[in-house]
Parts: sequence; structure tokens; C-alpha cells
Amino acid sequence: MVNKQGQTRLSKYYEQVELGKRAALEADMVRGCLARRKEECSFVEYKDYKLVYRQYAALFIVVGITENENELSIYELVHNFVEVLDKYFSRVGLTLQLQVVMFKSEKR
Amino acid sequence: MPAPIRLRELIRTIRTARTQAEEREMIQKECAAIRSSFREEDNTYRCRNVAKLLYMHMLGYPAHFGQLECLKLIASQKFTDKRIGYLGAMLLLDERQDVHLLMTNCIKNDLNHSTQYVQGLALCTLGCMGSSEMCRDLAGEVEKLLKTSNSYLRKKAALCAVHVIRKVPELMEMFLPATKNLLSEKNHGVLHTSVVLLTEMCERSPDMLSHFRKLVPQLVRILKNLIMSGYSPEHDVSGISDPFLQVRILRLLRILGKGDDDSSEAMNDILAQVATNTETSKNVGNAILYETVLTIMDIKSESGLRVLAINILGRFLLNNDKNIRYVALTSLLKTVQTDHNAVQRHRSTIVDCLKDLDVSIKRRAMELSFALVNGNNIRGMMKELLYFLDSCDPDFKADCASGIFLAAEKYAPSKRWHIDTIMRVLTTAGSYVRDDSVPNLIQLITNSVEMHAYTVQRLYKALLDDISQQPLVQVASWCIGEYGDLLVSGQCEEEEPIQVSEDEVLDVLEGLLVSNLSTPVTRGYSLTAIMKLSTRFSSVNRIKKVVSIYGSSIDVELQQRAVEYNALFKKYDHMRPALLERMPIMEKTASNGPTEIVQTNGETESTILDTKHLPSITQPASQANDLLDLLGGNDVVPVIQTTVPTKPASAGGELLDLLGDLSLTGGPTPTPAPSVPMSQPPFLLDGLSSQPLFNDIAAGIPPMTAYNKNGLKIEFTFERANPNPNIAVITIHATNSTEADMTDFVFQAAVPKTFQLQLLSPSSNVVPAVNQGSVTQVIRVLNPQKQQLRMRIKLTYTHKGSPVQDLAEVNNFPPQSWQ
Repeated sequence: MVNKQGQTRLSKYYEQVELGKRAALEADMVRGCLARRKEECSFVEYKDYKLVYRQYAALFIVVGITENENELSIYELVHNFVEVLDKYFSRVGLTLQLQVVMFKSEKR
Repeated sequence: MPAPIRLRELIRTIRTARTQAEEREMIQKECAAIRSSFREEDNTYRCRNVAKLLYMHMLGYPAHFGQLECLKLIASQKFTDKRIGYLGAMLLLDERQDVHLLMTNCIKNDLNHSTQYVQGLALCTLGCMGSSEMCRDLAGEVEKLLKTSNSYLRKKAALCAVHVIRKVPELMEMFLPATKNLLSEKNHGVLHTSVVLLTEMCERSPDMLSHFRKLVPQLVRILKNLIMSGYSPEHDVSGISDPFLQVRILRLLRILGKGDDDSSEAMNDILAQVATNTETSKNVGNAILYETVLTIMDIKSESGLRVLAINILGRFLLNNDKNIRYVALTSLLKTVQTDHNAVQRHRSTIVDCLKDLDVSIKRRAMELSFALVNGNNIRGMMKELLYFLDSCDPDFKADCASGIFLAAEKYAPSKRWHIDTIMRVLTTAGSYVRDDSVPNLIQLITNSVEMHAYTVQRLYKALLDDISQQPLVQVASWCIGEYGDLLVSGQCEEEEPIQVSEDEVLDVLEGLLVSNLSTPVTRGYSLTAIMKLSTRFSSVNRIKKVVSIYGSSIDVELQQRAVEYNALFKKYDHMRPALLERMPIMEKTASNGPTEIVQTNGETESTILDTKHLPSITQPASQANDLLDLLGGNDVVPVIQTTVPTKPASAGGELLDLLGDLSLTGGPTPTPAPSVPMSQPPFLLDGLSSQPLFNDIAAGIPPMTAYNKNGLKIEFTFERANPNPNIAVITIHATNSTEADMTDFVFQAAVPKTFQLQLLSPSSNVVPAVNQGSVTQVIRVLNPQKQQLRMRIKLTYTHKGSPVQDLAEVNNFPPQSWQ
């Protein structure tokens, strides 16, 4: 999750990526996504992954998936995730980010 | 020491930082506080400190000193501690740190804890970062938990099992018995994770795959229930019941049905049902449809189903949502190979997508359009594609241009259309076309004999407009050089003839030479073109002047050419017309069975290169001349130049390399030969670039006398070239038994069309008298059809002051030479 200025609010890696490389990777990905216009579709090709991103007000949620994954279903998943967070914390917005860190552990 | 601040405060403080430096400062301060707190072994606040550390880690700051603290937290009895400890372990630890092994015991205990939440935590962590050793130790526990009745634990255990299998594939069999009951669960969470587990197992091992095929009916039933069941609030997403589970099941069905007829048949009904019943107004429905389409494409479904799938994709294309169009284009690209006709139906929509604003959609539409081009729709499609080429981004232009060339080559309805299309591409996207398009275009132009006048006229006009696009300029100058006389004479049936005078043409070409926009390669082309025009135009003096000016040019390539052309004017003026005659039709490398002209064309190139070597003048030059007379003359130079752009080394250097190698008489042609023009077919070159030819003397092929008259005796000796057994290498030995030398000796040979012939340079062209020595020359004959070898030879030499010419047929080749 990143905000409009590109600052990372939350990141979860399912593969081992070195700490130093993470910041660069995130910045790179985010630059690709933030530059997109409204008419462009939400799937971007990045190296050998696909990025699915979705914007909610000032927050961008980006998920990196592999080639054989169904992009549309991940798109749905992102929305589902945000809906759950919304229901749980009743306000999806900037303040959400604070809470998210604390309770991320439950979301596996 | 005051109580450490809570995480929330920390986050708030960090958010107030305005610059990166400020943030770093705050974090360092906090890190120092945390470190001293750790040293004090403060139990109450450890969990808070580790939480803060995790936040800082997520922002990108090093936090490895917290690893041991995480372990301590895991070992504690409080749930809150355990929770943060496990979270920390998942984020900070991985198998590369040695510390993680210490966790194994803790996890083991927690897996057997009385509280399910603790067990859940342990399963999560193991499934997230367990190393292979940990997995091996704890697999038994996981397997036990997979069988419990607690659905919360079962689903976590299933996911953990997925990770274990990924790390240690050998343990897959251990989980097999537990999977038996997994699919009969009611709980969607468990169902979902078990489908994931089954998918993972099937992907990893083909045995598992065949084992699980019998589950297909069960899966179909589950899917059916999902679709048919009414509204259930806990699984509903925008009106569809648990779409995530549906998608997972569809994917598993895809894996199970791939390549297997029975399973595919069992799935046909349900796939059709899903495809027709799913509501498409929301993205959710579309996601399910997409997965269904992918499944239908991969399994052995019946054709009706496939047509249904492609129609769904067609409908996607018309959808306003660009995500869906993107997805549709991607899948159509995958299926266009197999279901070509069905995709053709949607061609117009695809072509419309070329005009879309989104870059990824445009790219996919372009690729798909190229895949869909065929003989029927070529004209329409090409119009669209050319329009697209005009307006697209630069990164597309190269791909689009190459695609257009390929398509035009395969399906061009007429030569004129082909040439027009290529010219259009060159004028619009000239600087982006690939390097080999220039020689391809030149070859195309030479082949369409009747279009020469038209082509040169159009190219001339294009040159007048714009000289910045290098490929266009190169092709145009080559054509003007070749067909300048047609241009000046003004005959052209296809278009309005234009009046062009010789001076105007020379003006244009000279303009190219001096212009800053021209690359060195282009300058080379135009200089050669000017030279060629010396035989076709009458204003030779002007050309001589231009050529001599460039004899002192700074560019080495240009200088070399100018000097050699100058030499042509001065010393070899008698050869000039022959050398600069029209090029014969060239064949492409891909074609098999090129004509004889091509073969020796390749050879004369080698000999003409010898003429460039100014020192060794007389002997190869006259041979070149004679060979040219035999074969209708050519001007090879520009063809060689076309290979120059493909090599980064300096152009002059290359020619010298070729020269250096060719000065070996009778030796094999050098490895740069493959880059020498495409008129050389590949199979001969295979033989050429391999080991020296003469190390494999075929045992037992007897030499033969091919010709013996007037004191001149020519003997053939045979070898088989290595590695191609179809190539016979014949070495001729010419000896002279008369008292006078035979000078200017030239040996030429021609073979029937089913053969290919190549002559290498002779050792000399003086056959010394009284058998004092001999002239040797190597001939290579390719005989793919193993027909009887026949050859016609022509000999010319000067004996006792008078020229002698003789023709003979050689038919008495020994059978072993061509079998």
C-alpha cells in the first residue's frame, strides 16, 4: 500500500527479497503505477510479474502476481480486502494505515 | 527510564517528518531507545518495542537486532506477546539466519497448544517462513492438524502444508491420506485452502495428478452447488456466491482436465453452465468467466464449448472496462494459434482496439492483428496497421514495422502493392526499421523486374522530399544507381513519368554525400551509386571529379571506395562497363536450389574483392573480368555494404578481413563468409565455416582427366567435404606439356540446375611450360539429389601470343564422386 506521494504504508513480501532491494523495488513499481492515467487499465507488466493496482482516494494498493494468475480475480480480491478493512475499522482513509499495522498479523 | 512510547505515537511522530533526513533522525533515536530497552531485559514493554521495530523495518530501516527478542516473545506465555513475536518472526527472520532454528521447538509446542489461536499463529508462521529442516521436523504435526475437526485449524494447516510441500517435495505423500476428506467439508475456508493444496500437489507431481483425477466429479458437484445455491450472506460478493472459491476450483479443473479426455468430458456441462449463467454486469462475474474461458481453452473440450469461449472473449472486447478488454486480448493472443477462424470473426473489434489510449492494450491489439493477417484481409488490415504505425509510440514502431514487412512478404497481392507498402513504412517510420530490411527491400526490388522504372521514380521523388530517413535513403540511392537510366529516360507505365535530367540526379546523390544527416553507410551507398551511373549516364567527367574528390576524404571507407573507383577509371577503364552492369536477380538465403548464377555470383564477389587489393592486380582482375563475361556481370559492391551495418566493426576493416582471408589460394572461404550476401545458401556455408576441407580425403575416389587437348591437361581429384557428405570437393590440376607458358589462364565451370557450384580462387593464372608446375583450383559441388555429376568447362588462355578459348563437357566423373 502506498500513498499518493509514493510513501510505503504497508508492504508484505511472500518471497525473500533483500532489505536494500526492497525500497528500490517498491519505488520502481510505484512509479509505474502512479504515472498511469485514468483511462488506462489496472494491470501493468513489470519485469516478469504483473502488477494489479487499485486506487482508493489517496491510497494505492498494488499486488504483484505471477504470469498464470487470474488478474481479474486478484482485482476483486483487493476490493474485498478493502471492504473488509472498511467494515472492521469503519473508515478507509489515511488513519486506517495506523491500525492496519497493528492488526495485520491476523490477516493471513 | 520512562515507558517507551506506543506504536501509535511513533507512527504519528514519523508522519510529521517533512524530509527523509528528519525521518531518519527520528528513527535512529527511537532505535537507540529500543536497543537500550532490550539490553535491560524489560519484559513488560518488549512487545511494544518489537512492534515499533517492525514498523521501522517495513519502512526500510535495518532491524536485525530485534530477532532474538522475537524469539523471547514467542517463548512467553502471554498471547499478545506471542502474537507480536510470531509476526516479527515472519517479517524479520528467514532461513538464511541461523537464529530461526531456535524457533522450531517453540513452534512444536505451540502446535499442540490448547488454544486454537496459538496453534493458528504457529501454523501461520511455519507456513510463512519455515525452512526445509523445520518443515521436515514439523510436518507430522501439521499433518495431524489437517485431520482435526476444527475448521479454523484445518484451513491454516492446509496452507501450511502447501508451504511444506513447496519446500520439501518428498513429503507430499505424507499428506495424501489427509486429503481424502478435505473436499467433503462444508466450511468454505477449508474448501478453499484444500483446493489450493490439491492444486499445488497436482502441479508438482504427475502421479498425484492422475490420482486426483477421480475427484473431478466431486469438484464439479461443489461448483454446481455454489452456482445454484441461493444467497448466502457470508460468502456473497456482489451477488455471486464465493467467487474466489469458484475461480480456484475452475483452475484445479483446468489442471486436472488438461490432456485427459474423460475428465474433460465430465467438466463440459458445468463449464457451459458457468459460462452461460454467470452474471456479467460486475467485475466479479467477469473474473469467473475469464477463468472459465482459460479452462475451456486448456482442456480437451468439444468445439461448441470452444466457440462459446471465444464468443465470451469477443463480448469482453466490446466491454467498456479496459481491464476486461486487456484480459480478452491477452487470452485471444493465446488462442489464435489453435482457433484461428473463430478469432477472425472478431477481427474488426481487435483492429478498433489499436486506437485505444492504453499502451498495453495497443500492444496486444497489434500483436493479435499481425497474427490474424491472411491473404483475404491483407489490404484492409494493412491500411489500419499503416495508420497505426503513423500514430503510435516510438517503442512500438520497430515491432510494427517488422511485423508489417513480414505480413507484406507473405501475403502481398501484387508486387506494386508490396513496394508501395514498404515505401510507406520507410517514409513514416524509417529510422525505426531493422537493419536487415534494407537488403530485403533491395532484393525484392531486383526481383520485380517490371517495376524497376516505377520504383526508382517513386524513390527519387521520396528522396527529393526528405533525406533524413536513412534506410529509405540507402534503398533509394542503390536503386538510382542501378536503374538511373530508366529514371532519366522517363519511361514508366504505372505512373506519370517525370522529367529528370542526369544532372539533377547527380545533384541529389552528391547532396547525400555532403549532407550532415547521412550516416557513413549512406554515404558509401551514394558514392557507389554515383559510380554505377558512370556507365549509365553520359556525364562521366562530372562523376570522375566527384570520385576523385572523395579520394582524400577523412572517412576511411569512403576514401577506400573513391580510390578504388578512381583506379577503375584510370587503369581498368575497359572493365568498368562489365563491372558496373546491372545486378542479376538475387535469391534469398531461405530458398533452396538457387540457380547457378547465384553460386558463382558468390564466388565472383570473392574475386572482385581481390581487385580491391591494389598490389595484386593483374591476375585476379582478369579472371574476374572473364568470369563476369560468362555470367552477365554484376556489381557486387553495394551488396557487401549492406552487411556492413550489421557489424559494429569499422567497415573498412571488414573488407580487409575478407581480403586477408581470401588471399589464401585454394583455402576454405573464411568465416566472415556467412555475412557476405544472402545469395550464399546456408548449407554451403556450413561446410565452409567448419574445419578445413582437405583433412578428410575420401578414400578411393580415383582422380580423372577432364580435359586433354593441345598440350593442356586438366585433372580432377576428389574429396568429400566434412561434414556435409553431399559436397564434393574437386581440385583441378592444370598442366602444360608444350614449350610455351600459358598465361592469363582462366578456368570456368557450369553445372546443371540440380547442382550448385562454387569456384575458389586459383593458385595462379600462368600454367608453366613443360609440366614444370601446375595451376590448382578448388571447385565445390553440392549434389543434394545425388544425381550424376556433369560439368561444362570453358578454358581461356594465351598461348604463344594468341588467345585460345575452348569449351568442353566433362561426363566421365567416377560414380563415387557423386553418390
